[in-house]
Amino acid sequence: MNLNSTPETGQQDTGLTIAGKTYSSRLLVGSGKYRDLEQTRAATEASGAEIITVAIRRVNIGQDPNAPNLLDVVPPSRYTILPNTAGCYTAADAVYTLQLGRELLNGHKLAKLEVLGDERTLFPNMPETLKAAEALVKDGFDVMVYCSDDPIQARILEEIGCVAVMPLASLIGSGMGILNPWNLSLIIEQAKVPVLVDAGVGTASDAAIAMELGCDGVLMNTAIAGAQDPIRMARAMRLAIEAGREAFLAGRIPKRFAASPSSPMAGRVK
Amino acid sequence: MEIVLNGAPHPLADGENLQQLIVALELAGKAVAVAVNRQVVPASLWPQRVLQPQDKVDVVRAIGGG
Repeated sequence: MNLNSTPETGQQDTGLTIAGKTYSSRLLVGSGKYRDLEQTRAATEASGAEIITVAIRRVNIGQDPNAPNLLDVVPPSRYTILPNTAGCYTAADAVYTLQLGRELLNGHKLAKLEVLGDERTLFPNMPETLKAAEALVKDGFDVMVYCSDDPIQARILEEIGCVAVMPLASLIGSGMGILNPWNLSLIIEQAKVPVLVDAGVGTASDAAIAMELGCDGVLMNTAIAGAQDPIRMARAMRLAIEAGREAFLAGRIPKRFAASPSSPMAGRVK
Repeated sequence: MEIVLNGAPHPLADGENLQQLIVALELAGKAVAVAVNRQVVPASLWPQRVLQPQDKVDVVRAIGGG
């Protein structure tokens, strides 16, 4: 049982510990798809997130070198910046991208790995993901890995040495929510590292459901950036993650196909 | 001579090093990382790294992404 997920009745939530560092926010956010850098900044702040993913891309040679930079509005001094391998379809590209990301962030080892297998579905290519994870762990990275919700794949990634497993709840950017809570529960049950839902969250209830299942955190991007009011949705997500976590720690009633009155029968007027 | 910079041919004087290239691109002091032939080169080594013809240079930065 993942110690991070053990219900602790009556106690303060001890926070999310990844690779030896503890964060008080269990909401992780991406930085893509915003209208502009100011909206990125405002939504990230409203979310309360402490970890924010970024993509690594070639600079446009010849473009204005003084144009504002993402890291100016979400600075590494304030946030834990998590470089990702979005758009990588091979282990080699993913490893190379994260080596560049590590250099960009002055040796920072925490990284998000994703190796895609299909442009339409953005589903992870698990064989390439495993290959990349092995190479990255060997190269000293702390790897948080986007994966299918297959409990065996998740276990293998953990055995390889990934510091967190991040199963998709549904397709990236789809907003379809938690499609297979059963697989997620199996992964949570066996994992000794944090389990974070990564991909598919659409609205606040999805995030709450993930936390109620015992997830240690949730990573989302489109759900916030694509909302009609991203700042408001960022706030909603912050609350949802907290509510879901509290509900999990509180220990819910079981579901029973039977009624159970809330008021006593004795003393009714007739 | 010519190198390949971010996927496109880029003319360069013989014997130019990475530091000179970055300065010429007005990227000195900016938040960028550089690799030559898929090997990351730390900024401290840019002055020593002399570029060879057809070297593939990637200059990258962080941008918004999920």
